[in-house]
Amino acid sequence: MHRLSGLALAVFLPMHFWALGLALRGDAALEGFLRFSDRPLFKLAEWGLVVLLALHMMGGVRLLLIEFTRWSGLRKNWIAGAAGFAALVGMAFALALLF
Amino acid sequence: MSVNASERAGAASTTASSAGAGGDAGAASNEASIAQAKRWYWQRISAMVLAICVLIHLAVIVHAVRGGLSAEEILGRTRGNWGFAMFYGVFVIACAVHVPVGIANIAEEWFGFEPRNALGLARAFALVLLVMGLRAVVAVVV
Repeated sequence: MHRLSGLALAVFLPMHFWALGLALRGDAALEGFLRFSDRPLFKLAEWGLVVLLALHMMGGVRLLLIEFTRWSGLRKNWIAGAAGFAALVGMAFALALLF
Repeated sequence: MSVNASERAGAASTTASSAGAGGDAGAASNEASIAQAKRWYWQRISAMVLAICVLIHLAVIVHAVRGGLSAEEILGRTRGNWGFAMFYGVFVIACAVHVPVGIANIAEEWFGFEPRNALGLARAFALVLLVMGLRAVVAVVV
């Protein structure tokens, strides 16, 4: 899960950088792209990406804790925490989009 | 005592000669291990930087997306904002370190890439991320 989400994010990143780079051509270019991205499918994909990002990060933090601390019994707590956090961020994003 | 000393000397020379005989292979695999350890180390360090950057970035996203996105709004916030530029510059560099290590690992372990080719792929991707990322930062700040 950690690797798959990482791979998805890795594929997304260049697109993200490209879109932002549109601003080099002036505000109108970026605005054009933003209007294009106003469709539901896009928003769904964005929501998915935000969730993936949260998941990937929580998995990573868990790994760092396992490797660098002596805590035990982490696994279940952190998986729960990861899912919770990912859901939270996803919802915050969705809510922000709705309003 | 002289017996012990000579035993130790014997053991030492045996080790030395076996290291010498397996020298080339030993050195190569040693190098590979060091390379792998460095990759691991850089991935963890960049991960720690990214964890912080991502938290801040997520907060920025959630705030920015309220009421819809518009170029005017975004660029109004980012143009001339050098603090923003520094933060996102660091973010881009950390990504350019972290993502390629993961890509190289996946290439080797899931797709059977040769270490040399995985490294090449990783470096190419790092360059792409670095150039496109820094260009994007310049695009919204300058």
